[in-house]
Amino acid sequence: MKARGAAFWIGAAAAIALAVAVSVSNANEYFFFAGYVVLQFVVLATAWNILGGYAGYVNFGTGAFFGVGAYTAVVMFKALGAPLPAQILAAAAVSGLLGFGTGLLTLRLRGIFFSIATVAVAIILQTLILNWRYVGGATGVQLLRPPVSAPFESYTRMLFVGMTLLAVGAVAIARYIETSWIGRGLRAIRDSEEAAECSGVPTLKLKLFACTVSGALMGAAGAPLPMYQSFVEPESSFNLTYSVAALAMPMIGGTAHWLGPVIGAILLGTIQQVVTVTISSELNVLVVGVLLVLFVVAAPEGIVGLARKLRRSPARAPT
Amino acid sequence: MFSFDLLLDAVVFGILLGCFYAAVSIGLSVAFGLLDVPHIAHPAFLVLGSYGTYLLGRHGWDPLVAGITLMPLFFLVGVAVYRFYYETFERRGRDAGVRGLAFFFGVTFIIEVGLILAFGVDQRMVEANYIGKSLAIGDMRIPLRMLVAFAMALALTAGLTLYLAKTFTGRAIKAVAQDESALRLMGANPVRIKQWAFGIATAVTALAGAMLIIVGPVEPSLDRVYIGRTFCVVVLAGLGSMTGTLIAGLILGISESIVLTLAGASWAPAVAFGLLLVVLGIRPQGLFGR
Repeated sequence: MKARGAAFWIGAAAAIALAVAVSVSNANEYFFFAGYVVLQFVVLATAWNILGGYAGYVNFGTGAFFGVGAYTAVVMFKALGAPLPAQILAAAAVSGLLGFGTGLLTLRLRGIFFSIATVAVAIILQTLILNWRYVGGATGVQLLRPPVSAPFESYTRMLFVGMTLLAVGAVAIARYIETSWIGRGLRAIRDSEEAAECSGVPTLKLKLFACTVSGALMGAAGAPLPMYQSFVEPESSFNLTYSVAALAMPMIGGTAHWLGPVIGAILLGTIQQVVTVTISSELNVLVVGVLLVLFVVAAPEGIVGLARKLRRSPARAPT
Repeated sequence: MFSFDLLLDAVVFGILLGCFYAAVSIGLSVAFGLLDVPHIAHPAFLVLGSYGTYLLGRHGWDPLVAGITLMPLFFLVGVAVYRFYYETFERRGRDAGVRGLAFFFGVTFIIEVGLILAFGVDQRMVEANYIGKSLAIGDMRIPLRMLVAFAMALALTAGLTLYLAKTFTGRAIKAVAQDESALRLMGANPVRIKQWAFGIATAVTALAGAMLIIVGPVEPSLDRVYIGRTFCVVVLAGLGSMTGTLIAGLILGISESIVLTLAGASWAPAVAFGLLLVVLGIRPQGLFGR
């Protein structure tokens, strides 16, 4: 177990070092532009999986937390001129609070009721922002990026490194939850909430904890968006396509292991970028939908599950 | 300024709108309320029905006739969807909830993007001689298309209520919702009954889709707003209650219409979702829960 932990941290450090190295090289600017989006989905998918994968509560409202994160950053920037790290921290705090609130409100709900409630939260928040003049309302808000700091050539490169740090952080948190007693408790909730409660698992606290952490990470993922686009508007930042992607990626990668969402996000995120550039942006939603349905029907354990099955029976052909 | 006339207008329009909302939700009331299928894709099927109507309308069909013609086709689609859902999720048992939800969520987006690829993102509408005219009662003007939708909605709700209460298969559907294993012990096959019921729910959705495009222009992403409206009505009604569906539709229609008049159109989409959250938070079993 210890050796595995060391391997994880070496891998994490290597990922960060690689990202920094690439960002000071003279790689094509588009690489950072696309890489940022893929990494953002790593954070979103990992965050979704803490609640959806471990505890079995399907969140359709990823867009809400993401959008709230983005708009918190806008307010922080407009009102206080806060630097990026402060924007991200504030976004995580507000979205975490929103996650906590959603958890409190929906404690009695299970299955589809919980999922529908999260859609409701997303649409209501979108409507609020739509009617809030200070952040631009329906037309959105244009932001002027501050000058970029030292080693980076462009702002996109800096955001790319920032998103890498967020992604590694999110995965580390998810991994900690998965391997600790919290993860065991969440899995018990997923298998049978009554049985878990009867055996002394503090289901209420654990669910609230998972809602909060998941929400906070989604918010953090959304915080750099205004700087990345130098523009935000509610329709696209609260979009349900974030919700379907954040749900599809762990489902495709495998929900039981922290590696699942990462694999799913990198795979699907990259396909999406390629499809968007070569064909059209509508089609990439179709790709997400089709792959999601395919995996849910044919390979419910995801890619991680398939790999495990292959490893367990190397002699037999996979069925 | 606030005036009584304005409020009266809003209420009348709300009643018409409410019946329409009941009609678009009644398929979900059967599929989700009675059969416990997490049918998130219901609004997407609704929009699919609208586009089917639009397609036939381009060949000179009346939208209502088109909607009725689509029903047998949608029935078969519904039977196939339920069969597939049963074989892949319900029968394998473990974890059906999460994966079933993800499945229908995926289907929603497949339908939505499929429609975008086929028809583009533009709004589409149909033509008929009752669209665009309105009926004047005193100072009040009621659009004729709302009246058509209102009448159809009432007929649909009444028809389905009677069907479930009076016919043999209708009662069997209610029985399957109450106690599936008891039904199995009586020698009936619950899967076949559910399949039939899901087919009917989908067929009704085709006609509701025709009404949707009669009431206003339709675009592929319209299903997202209707996720809130349809689930709000079904949950508020209490799962599986048909008269409840009508009353819940009226509550939603009137509240939405009043908010529309007093606060403006940009707040209207939040009404259904807000009402839904309140119901889920306070009384998850709905007004007429079983």
